[in-house]
Amino acid sequence: MAEKILMKGNEALAEAAITAGCRHYFGYPITPQTEVAAYMAKRMPKIGGTFLQAESEVAAINMVLGAAAAGVRSMTSSSSPGISLKSEGISYMAGCEVPALIVNVERGGPGLGGIQPSQSDYFQATKGGGHGDYHLIVLAPASVQEMYSLTIKGFELADNYRVPTMILTDGTIGQMMEPVSLDAVEVKQFDKPWAACGQRGRDHRNIINSLSLSPEELEQWNLNRYARYKVIEEKEQMYEEYMMDDAEICIVAFGIAARVSKNAIVEARKKGLKVGMIRPITLWPFPTKALKAAAEKCKAFISVELSMGQMIDDVKLAIDCKKPVYLCNRTGGVIVSSNEVVAKIEEVSKM
Amino acid sequence: MDTKRVTLFSGHYGSGKTNVALNYAIYLKEKGEDVEIYDMDIVNPYFRTLDGKDMLDQHNIPLVVSDYANSNVDVPAMNSGAYRMIHDKSKLAVVDVGGDDRGALALGRFETALKEEGNYDMLLVINKYRFETQTAQDTIEIMNEIEAACGIPFTGIVNDSNLGRETTTKTVLASLDFANEVSKQTGLPIKFTCVERGLYEDLKDKINNLVPIDVIHYGVWC
Repeated sequence: MAEKILMKGNEALAEAAITAGCRHYFGYPITPQTEVAAYMAKRMPKIGGTFLQAESEVAAINMVLGAAAAGVRSMTSSSSPGISLKSEGISYMAGCEVPALIVNVERGGPGLGGIQPSQSDYFQATKGGGHGDYHLIVLAPASVQEMYSLTIKGFELADNYRVPTMILTDGTIGQMMEPVSLDAVEVKQFDKPWAACGQRGRDHRNIINSLSLSPEELEQWNLNRYARYKVIEEKEQMYEEYMMDDAEICIVAFGIAARVSKNAIVEARKKGLKVGMIRPITLWPFPTKALKAAAEKCKAFISVELSMGQMIDDVKLAIDCKKPVYLCNRTGGVIVSSNEVVAKIEEVSKM
Repeated sequence: MDTKRVTLFSGHYGSGKTNVALNYAIYLKEKGEDVEIYDMDIVNPYFRTLDGKDMLDQHNIPLVVSDYANSNVDVPAMNSGAYRMIHDKSKLAVVDVGGDDRGALALGRFETALKEEGNYDMLLVINKYRFETQTAQDTIEIMNEIEAACGIPFTGIVNDSNLGRETTTKTVLASLDFANEVSKQTGLPIKFTCVERGLYEDLKDKINNLVPIDVIHYGVWC
């Protein structure tokens, strides 16, 4: 293992993108993700890459689309309001089927909201955000180390399936520092015969757009893409199980909420409460298989979220509402406390 | 160490300036000095001096900080009370400067006054385990950027090399050569080396000018 160093989540993410071979970063500053842009501004020129601060988020995402269409690994990062602005471009990328990485270091919303950490863009990330029939692959790191590993994974998944991929994290994980090991990893690269990067001896030119002249053609594009989504749902569900062996109550939480929940589970176990956690690492595809299995043996679920309750819908769907699902949440930039989660576990255990 | 009226802690962001500054202010207070601490970070949205408010309150040390720190207001603001640092010469001032050149820029406002008074220490907080400052060369590059931004040359070094909660005695000992190299190349003395209180006993005979410090605990995120 490489010697550990102290990194901020945002730095680990930026470094991982470079390790993954990303040489094209287009962004626009916004708290609490600005370290990503600042790091890229410093680093990209030294390695022959491009850092470009666009005139707006809308411009930045369309530059990502252009670079990705040419077949190179490219990315952008922003925080909640900025992602809303990028949503049109993201929809176009989904329609064009170009792979790239989009990072959302969430802050409180709606509207301008605030700069404190939040998870209230879950719906936006997993259900669309932009218009049309599409999904993003959505990865949710819960540590600075995962900001590194999942960013590399994100580029690989995007290229493999030609699906734009999002890292959905929050201000805490972006800003906090933890020891990280930047292990030498083998980064998978993928052929991109579809890329619009010159004819290169082919008998045709590659054209990339999201416009279909007939409804039937558009329908077929969507059907093809959804067939690919089905493969992703089958093969790419990622999650972590924590103390689930004898658990009667299953917490479902991702990112920083999962970190708080782990503390709470340790405390609740000291009180004799049999509680464990399934931590979704992929928010889309949602880890339905693990949750279905948990529904067979657990008597209740608690969705711990920094939102008014968004992921809870997916928990209910995953288990076909076979067991009750309760919500433990704070919102608006307030982080749920371990004590609040313990109190909820105690309340649910008495039901 | 001899105490100047104003002690400024600056360096790469994330090197531990805030914890060092908090502990230094407490150290001065316990010596019976009249001291105030100034949070001059105009960059970080969170993880800042205000998080150590409980520690400061216990010791009755006033904290001068932007009203917008740790709030939802995203503006690079300084509290007007920051001017006390140069106007009220009856008090000692400990200043937590923001990280890197971006964070240190605001300090430039006080360059002339600090130099005229000529009673300050500008300390470079270094951490061998911090990304981007793992070598003396990289550390000095950031040091030069900070000096260019605020116009105030460094006068000494604080070795705060740590790996967060994974810090061991070995971690600290392995940083000494690095700190000495920074000192050699810059000509700046190492004023002291910091170590979390729990490791102090094991290291006090092995490191010169070793200082035990308490670290702000973010238990909720462990």
